[in-house]
This record gives sequence, structure tokens and C-alpha cells, in this order.
Amino acid sequence: MSLCLDPPVTSRLDPLNEGWRPRLEELLTAGMAAGADLVEIFVERNDHLSVLAEQERITSVSPALGCGAGIRVFKGNCDGFAATNDLSGPALMTALEQALAMLGLCRSANASRWQGLAALQDYGSVKEQWLKACPTVPDSAERLREATAALERHGRHLQVRRASYARDWQEVLVAASDGTFARDLRLHQTTGLTLLAADGDHRATISRRDGRADDPHFLANWPVEDVAVSAGRSAGKMLYADFVKAGDYPVVLANRFGGVIFHEACGHLLETTQVEQGSTPFAGNIGQTIAHPAVTAVDEGLSPNSFGSMAMDDEGMAPQRTVLIQDGVLQCFLSDRAGEMRTGHPRTGSGRRQNHGYPAASRMRNTFIAPGPHKPKELIGSIDHGLYCKQMGGGSVGPTGQFNFAVEEAYWIENGCLREDKPVKGATLIGDAVTVLPRISMCADDNALAAGFCGSVSGSIYVTVGQPHVKVDRITVGGR
Amino acid sequence: MTEDASRMGLATWDLGITCGNDTSVQVDRGEPKQRKARQSTTAMVRVWNDQGLVGITSTNDLSTPGLRAALASAQQASAFGDAQSPPRLSPQARDPLTPLHQPRQPTLPMQMLLERLLDAERQVLNGHQAISTVPYNGLAQAQRERLYINSAGALRHQSTTSATLWLYPRAEEAGRKPRGAGAVRLAAGVDDLDLEGCIAEATERTISHLDYAPIDTGVYTVCFSPEAFLNLLWAFGSMVNAQAVLDGISLSRRSSLGSQVASPLLTVTDDARHPGHVAAPEFDGEGTPTRRLLLIEGGRLRHFLHSEGTARAFADGSMATGHANLGAKVTLGPQWLDVEGQRGDSSLSCETSSGVVLIDSLSALHAGVKASQGSFSLPFDGWLLSGGERRSIEAATVAGDIRSTLQHVVACEGDPQCTPSGRSPHVWVEGLTITGEA
Repeated sequence: MSLCLDPPVTSRLDPLNEGWRPRLEELLTAGMAAGADLVEIFVERNDHLSVLAEQERITSVSPALGCGAGIRVFKGNCDGFAATNDLSGPALMTALEQALAMLGLCRSANASRWQGLAALQDYGSVKEQWLKACPTVPDSAERLREATAALERHGRHLQVRRASYARDWQEVLVAASDGTFARDLRLHQTTGLTLLAADGDHRATISRRDGRADDPHFLANWPVEDVAVSAGRSAGKMLYADFVKAGDYPVVLANRFGGVIFHEACGHLLETTQVEQGSTPFAGNIGQTIAHPAVTAVDEGLSPNSFGSMAMDDEGMAPQRTVLIQDGVLQCFLSDRAGEMRTGHPRTGSGRRQNHGYPAASRMRNTFIAPGPHKPKELIGSIDHGLYCKQMGGGSVGPTGQFNFAVEEAYWIENGCLREDKPVKGATLIGDAVTVLPRISMCADDNALAAGFCGSVSGSIYVTVGQPHVKVDRITVGGR
Repeated sequence: MTEDASRMGLATWDLGITCGNDTSVQVDRGEPKQRKARQSTTAMVRVWNDQGLVGITSTNDLSTPGLRAALASAQQASAFGDAQSPPRLSPQARDPLTPLHQPRQPTLPMQMLLERLLDAERQVLNGHQAISTVPYNGLAQAQRERLYINSAGALRHQSTTSATLWLYPRAEEAGRKPRGAGAVRLAAGVDDLDLEGCIAEATERTISHLDYAPIDTGVYTVCFSPEAFLNLLWAFGSMVNAQAVLDGISLSRRSSLGSQVASPLLTVTDDARHPGHVAAPEFDGEGTPTRRLLLIEGGRLRHFLHSEGTARAFADGSMATGHANLGAKVTLGPQWLDVEGQRGDSSLSCETSSGVVLIDSLSALHAGVKASQGSFSLPFDGWLLSGGERRSIEAATVAGDIRSTLQHVVACEGDPQCTPSGRSPHVWVEGLTITGEA
């Protein structure tokens, strides 16, 4: 490898459209002639902007421009994958040859047996103006200054006020030797508010994040005042909160981001990547009860403007609404192309990747527990002594199915009443899916989704988690 | 670049570029599973406009049009540069560089990677009848080139190679919960990797967790493995980060220098150039040479990590320390931590102590650490010790405050061990809350 500042790279300004057909067909033909069972090419361009305001100042404006391609070759149950950010013809052919060589294949003069690419399925044609319609840097900066000013008005003892905005525009083109030829434009935007309140030795950090897909006007419609009021109020509660006393408790998890428990505890274990590597306890459990009958869980990519929604997945397949668990009974796994090939579970439009540098894998989209018949107060009213988890932090699941997630804001429940005068901090919930899913015994009727990010084998992707208020009969709460 | 910048009226600029070639393999129960290769380039362009404000843009398109587009974008962004504390070119970016003498190791063919990984997986699977899979495994090799240039004539270049092996087996016995643990090895090349050590460690650690039991919730004396203690220090790196101090999100203040922030038993140095640091950087994102920096000496805070901008803002004679990342807002982070500890309470020993917890690895640091508050609540894998006998803990969390944790270090045991993130002995801490899963 040698570092060269002027290689013959195709300009990132080249549009990804029908004009790519000859180049892609040449690559696919070469791959199939070499003996591949299937060849798939993912090409992308992206345009990213992030802006940060601290107190009254804009302290960071960071644009990022990118492009690249990932080429995946399948042969039998194996696959080889090569990625490059050089979109020139020779570089792409080199990447293909690399991927072929991984499987012991090499280019040949044999005739290839494939029918050529189908007509371009262009999901992006109606989205061409999205990027231009997004807020400019001055508009973004002004909005963020409004946000930090609102925090100043609604918080006390504030040491740090931050507001952030990120816009991620991505153009993708997927072509495969099964004829798949599809294009899409994606737009994801996020906003964040963070404050640090400090009073003597007491400190509280409160964050609020929101995100929306495919809505150029998201930032303009961001309810800055409401979010600042909510964050300021939480900071006021949590600044003097006691640390939670460790133990096992019944808990009520609030709606929206409370859904991270299902995402971590169960969702990952229903991806075929986990079936492939033998790391899910549910591999042979379709049709069996794995959760309380109160639990119905869904993963879909269709909800308008939700963070995990998409017109097509990263393998060119239209997304679906996939019922994972119906009344406690396991129905389905999330599957991608490789998952279908290796486990037999049909594709669900769940093949996703962070960018061209990763091969797609079966991943969640918008994942939520369906609403139940109860009101949130009924869940709280059923608990003598427990914990109400209002705001969740991040979490993770390990290779043995053991999950954990942090609780940012919590309150005690005593004698069926929510004690907002008794906030607690420092809680971490731990458990494993097999044990906890049967303990989700009550679901309220207030389902809501929350935007988030999920990191796994194919990188960090946009998802939503969601649920109504749910009650878990007993879970271990790590604390002091 | 120079001509384009000049044409755009940009007299001051710098550029950081990273190029990489990565290959990796993964196997599954005796069969090759996935083979990957990736070529990548990333460039970060930073420009100063005629008002001295800074704008940046990153791109992976190093063609002439691509770099021109990035320059133009950075120039536009500079209109919104931070007027209060704009960074400058590092005055040390042209200082002589002491080379690290890192011989580049050859890249092996993918088939050889596969053969070695298949053999490693086979040995792990044969290590115990309860080990049925190694769900997370991989053997990867990488070539990296880094370049830093600026309009003042600085030119830095470095080439490195590295290789990584990771093995995370999963073991399961009838009627019992699945258990797992793993091991990682880094080296300059695949031929230098300690394959046998990684295989043995992954196998032994996994087997050691098969016989597990719940632990009673309570306050324990805890021994952190080198890896676990270093992970905790990294998570609270803002304590020694001058930018975090200026931003008000660090637990430290400018006046904290010289204060007792940890037990006198502890001395912590950041040493990017340590021989154990694989692919160690010779310079940071601003072109400043890396160096060994004493952070905590005998428990007292001695130095902060500095960029060019924070050193100037502190105005106390500080200089950039070689820990900066190029960006619109320059960030700082440790490179490779070297923990030295005095023995302290010699009665505490992993071989003889009873009723104490040995933490092997911490999880979910991204979620369970509140760096600006000082608190942590983290799941861990570990053992309850009883006279040298280790009994795996079923599932548990450890919680505490980093300031209190560092002050309550009561012993350091054994020679410092090299890990991917630094070097440390086993570190004993009193009074941490352990929550067990009932």
C-alpha cells in the first residue's frame, strides 16, 4: 500500500442511477463467470453534517462527505466480502477479485448464467430534493442556540448546556446477480439536549435525544421548549437523588425508550445472525411460548418517519411488518440473505449495515412491544414496593443472552403510588431473556417509539425501540 | 492542495489522512464463515479563514475534485467557527520526531488466516465438552498509513501493521445457563500473535465460569484484573482531560493539579510509545509528537492531557502532549495507560484471600458509566474467592464512585500485565457494592 493523493477515483459527485448499470453488470457477469452462486454490490454516497452548541456558542460544525462500495460473493454456505471507497472501474474489479479469491474463485472466460439486472426500482426518485430542503448551517446553529437558551430558562444549577444536531444523507444503489437493482435515498436527523447540573457534590447529567427519518423539516419542528422543560425538570429531580438500593424489585418501565429492554433482552436473540452462531436460546422455539401471554412483539420497517423505517433494506428488499412474538408465542426470526441461506428462515427485509464497509446482517428496525389493555396507573397500582424507570440509558446483550441496561431517571413506587418525591439514580437492570420475558406481565395502552442507535456485527444503524408502559414482576436492580 | 488553498485565499490549513487495508476471517464450528477485506481512506481538512476562524470537513475521496470539494466545504464551515477559542496549528508539529522502529510485518494470505483460526477454534472446542461454539471469533490483520501536513511546512508520515485474534467461546451444560468468556491478542503481525496463549486463556476463562453460583448483594473488597481496571480508568479519562476541564464536564478542575486524587499506592502514566502498545502512534491528530506523560504520581494529579488549544487556554506553561484528535472542536483522549502500583496490604492475594470478589471483565461501560458525575454501575464477569478457590459469580453488577474507588485502592498485586489498552497489575479496592442476581 502506498499513500497517494491523486488516485483515479471516481468523483463522489457522480450520481448513483441507471448510468451505473453497465459497470455493475460487468462486475456481476465477471463474478458469476468465476463460479459464484450469487454476487451482490452495494454502492453509496453520503453527506453528513453535525453541529454542536455549548452554552451560547457554536463550538463545532463538522461536515463529512463519503462514498464507497461493498462487494459480496456467495458460494455454498460461505461468503467473501470486499469494500473500497474507490469507485473507479479498476478498483471495483479489484475488490470483486479479492472477494472471489476469498472463496477460491478467480475470473475466467466461462459464460455466466444470469439474466442481467431487472429494471431499476428507484425508491429515491421522489426524494431528490430532501438534502436541499434540510436546514442550512446558519439555520441549524440558530435553532441550537435557541435550545441552549431554553435550557437556561428551565434549569437550575446548570454548569453545562449543550445542544446538538446531526444530519445524515445517504444515497444507495444495490445490484445483485439475482436481478435485484434498486436505489434509495435515506435521510436521518437527530437532535440532542444535554445538561449538567451541579450543586456542591451533587451532580446530575440529563440528556434528551430525538430522531426522525425522511423529514427535511424535522429540526424546524423540534419542540425545543418542551424538551428543555422536560430536561430541566428531570435535572431538578435527579440532582439530589439518592443512589438506588440494590436488590430485586418489581419494576414499571415507561413507554418509548423503555423498549430498549425488549431490544436488548430479546430482539437481538431473534436475529438469524444469532441462530447461525448458536448464541440464541430460542433457535428451535418457533411456535413455543417464550414470553408471558401479555407480550406481543413486532419488528417492522414501515412506520412513516420512524428511525428504523426504510423503503428497502440494504440488500434491496422492501421491508415488512414482522410479528416476532404473538401472545407470548415465538412466531418468526429476523432474516437477511445470508441468514436465509444458512438457517432457512425466510428473508424479512432486515438486511442492514452501517455503510459500504460492512456486509449486511439481520438487524432490527422499529421494534416494539404491542399495547395492552391497561392504563399505566394500573401497572403502578399493582406494586407495593418497586421501581418506576422513567428514562433509560443504553444497554447491551452478551453472547450468553445476559442483558443489561442503565436507568437514567427512576422513582420509587410505594403502596401502589408513584413517589416523585423519591427519585433514585445509579440503577442498572440485569437479567437474561429466558428468565425475564415470562415476567413481563402487564402492558399498558400507551405505545410509543423512540429513536436510537444499535451497534452490532454490521456496524451502527438507525433503529427505534418502543413499548407501552410495561410491568416486569421481578428483575435484578444493580445499585449501591 | 497548496495551490487550491491559495486560490481560495486560505493561507493556513492542515490535513490529516489515514489509509488502511484490512483483512479478516471468521469461522464457525470447523467451517470458514466469513472473509472480509476493506480498503479505506479518510481525510480531514482544516482551514482558517481571514478572520482566523476554523472550519473542517472530512472526506474519503482523495481525488483532486474530492479534496477541492472538501476544502470548499471547510471554508464554508469556517464562517461558523468558534471565535472564542479557535485552535491554531500545533507549534510542535514540526518538532523532530523520534521514530518508534516498528517493523512492518507481512500480510498473510487469507487462506493462512483461515487455517490458523480454524485450528484455534478446534483447540478451544476440544478444550471442554461443554464448549460447543465459539460464536465470536476472528483473525484480522491491518496495514495503516497516517499522514499529517500543514501550511507551515509540517510533514508527518507513519506506517504500521497490526494483527488481532479474538476468541469468545460459549459453554453450556444441561439445565444450566450458558456461560462465556473470551481472550484477545494483538501483535504487529499474525506471525507474532500469541495464538496458544489466547486459546488457553479463552478456554480456561470459559471453563472457570461453568460452576457458577449467585452472590449475595453487599459491600465487598474487590480485586480488578488488569484489563478491568484499565477499562475503568479509560471510562473516566475525562478526569485528566484538559478539554473536559475547560468544558466543565470533568471531575477535575485546573486547581486539581497536585491534589490527592487516588491512593498513594497508584502511579498512572500515559505512554503512547510503550513497546507493548501495538501500532503505537508517533504523532497525534495535530501533528504533535507523542510522549510519555505522568498523569498521577503516588496518587497526586500531576498533568492533564493537552491539545494545542487547551495548553494555550491554561496559560500555565503547559504544552500539547500528543493526545489530540483533529476536529472542528479538538478532542483529547489517552493513548495507552501504564499503571504502576505499590504492594500495599500484602495480606490481600488472589491465591489466599476469602470473601472477596475478583472482577475479570466489565461490561456495558458505554451505558453504566457517568463520567461527569463520577458514578458507575456495571455488569461484570468474575469470581468469589475463598482461600484461593474461585467460584464463578452467576450475574452481578459492581457500583461505586470513581473518586472513592481510586482513593480506596488498598493493594496492587503482581507484575503489570500488558493488555490492548495499557498495562496494569491486579488492583484491590475496598468498599464496592456488588449486586447479585437472585
